[in-house]
Amino acid sequence: MATASAITAEREHYLNADYGFRSWLLTTDHKRIALLYLITITFFFFVGGFFALLIRLELLTPQGDLVQADTYNKLFSMHGQVMIFFFLLPAVPAVLGNFLVPMMIGAKDLAFPRINLLSWYLFIIGGGLMLYTMLTGGVDTGWTFYVPLSTAYLGTHVVLAAVSIFIAGFSSILTGLNFIVTIHRMRAPGMTWGRMPLFLWSNYATSIIQVLGTPVLAITLALVGLERMFHLGVFNPQLGGDPLLFQHLFWFYSHPAVYIMILPGMGVVSEIIPCFSRKRVFGYEFVALASIGIAVLGFLVWAHHMFVAGISVYSAMVFSFFSYLVAVPSAIKVFNWTATMYKGKIYYSTPMLYAMGFIGLFTMGGMTGLFLASLGVDVHVTDTYFIVAHFHYIMVGGMVMAYLAGMHFWWPKITGRMYPESWGKLAAMTIFIGFNLTFFPQFILGWTGMPRRYHAYTPEFQVLNVLSTAGSTVLAVGYLLPMVYFLWSLRYGKEAGDNPWGAAGLEWKTASPPPTYNFEETPVVTWEAYNYDDLPKEVPVVG
Amino acid sequence: MEKVISAKLYFTVWAILMCLTAATAALSYVNMGALSPVVALLIATVKGSLVVLFFMHAKYIDVKTTVLVIVAGFFWLSILLLMTMTDYITRAWS
Repeated sequence: MATASAITAEREHYLNADYGFRSWLLTTDHKRIALLYLITITFFFFVGGFFALLIRLELLTPQGDLVQADTYNKLFSMHGQVMIFFFLLPAVPAVLGNFLVPMMIGAKDLAFPRINLLSWYLFIIGGGLMLYTMLTGGVDTGWTFYVPLSTAYLGTHVVLAAVSIFIAGFSSILTGLNFIVTIHRMRAPGMTWGRMPLFLWSNYATSIIQVLGTPVLAITLALVGLERMFHLGVFNPQLGGDPLLFQHLFWFYSHPAVYIMILPGMGVVSEIIPCFSRKRVFGYEFVALASIGIAVLGFLVWAHHMFVAGISVYSAMVFSFFSYLVAVPSAIKVFNWTATMYKGKIYYSTPMLYAMGFIGLFTMGGMTGLFLASLGVDVHVTDTYFIVAHFHYIMVGGMVMAYLAGMHFWWPKITGRMYPESWGKLAAMTIFIGFNLTFFPQFILGWTGMPRRYHAYTPEFQVLNVLSTAGSTVLAVGYLLPMVYFLWSLRYGKEAGDNPWGAAGLEWKTASPPPTYNFEETPVVTWEAYNYDDLPKEVPVVG
Repeated sequence: MEKVISAKLYFTVWAILMCLTAATAALSYVNMGALSPVVALLIATVKGSLVVLFFMHAKYIDVKTTVLVIVAGFFWLSILLLMTMTDYITRAWS
């Protein structure tokens, strides 16, 4: 061990290749940029989480005692905007995707390293503006900026918030563009499309949505800003505009944005399940094409957010049909992950616990989504806590679990260190329990009629709200734990070695942490993805 | 290899774009009834085409993947327009 330490200490890798702020702030190394993103989005995660805790604390009692309506409106608006645009959207693509896409295809870097750094700076500018917005009074439009509320009635920093998201959107577009070109042009010899890890298929599908969808959001927010400042009359009916046009344009991006958030998470799970089941993923081609299917079908469902907004009933029927249809590729994935585990040699290591949590919670989120695709049921539950519970099962139960699964799975590769496995498992369990305690009561609250976005409610809803608030504190502890032991592991963690999980991907065939250009020499791929049948059945490191 | 385009051509296209912008602004003062949005969109389409063809070099490329990207972009735009129109043209109340 001492010898191994000495070798690692001497060996040059991306972390010790250069030192100082300048070397980080001007880096074009995709791995370092991934870490810059990691620090940034972790900060925003805790900012958004702080707002969430204040919301839950206010809802502990039926009357408004901690904050009043105006402040409450700002809390849930900024919670949504920060979590969606500054944490969930960039989480897996910008952190894990940035780190892993070049390594998984056997490349030295992304196709446009400087544009990659530019995307982080745009993200920082957008995030800085969002912070400024929050510190100077905030915004209370909800995360959806609905008109004419946002353009004609509110006196808060609507334009500033819209500009910050506009700028962060370009960061997202550039990352997507980089991934598409990299995956098309820079795959190592032998890395055919049919041999690509499913994480890459997922990120490729995500990138398509980022490039094609995000500009529509940018234009829509620009129009909101222009209408607010110059009274254009695009959306405001008093000026001859159509408020439903805003909703069409907004959801044309923002529903696919759900898939920008969840697809990369699905990619993470597709890597972890085969590794800890020691089996090739079941139905590789179907899982890969399901990602593309979700990306395409995801663009045909947006108006299910508008069923009660007054759209044509015939149009609603079309959108309802497609909303049901988009569940098919998601279900393919869930069934195939389950089938991968069937008769596998399963190791319940920390990443696997998170991945299994993802499957269960995402399935519940997805199934309740079908309730909302149904025209009649949707009318009943629109704008209730049922919706809040549904999308948190997808975003937090699904996406955040997948993100943490990925962080635990690739942490040894990123840092060269192992985290304490028993603490990892404890955190995974705590998060799973805390999550369900927080959000399951909200399904019942919504179903029985509690509306969302109010700071006060009738007393009969209090018991379930107390449960939910209690759960949120458990969840908060669960999220703090990995922060603590990840930081601890940087100094005290055991050396990970190149491939502590005995995993199959190309990224595990280079050192941990990897050298600056990832591989000593360009790898040549001669095997199928997930060739666990040819690898040892034992996972070298088991907690 | 990509064709090198002269600065003169760029300026010519830019001048045409400016003229078309002026035309849009001028025509907005002329009441043409239902034809007004049609004319405005027509001019906008011509302007968009000029940008894609010359500034984005679509006129000079023969790489299939680039053509695919352009076609995909228009396909996605058609999804936005057509699916939105399923609402607008079938509303009972408008």
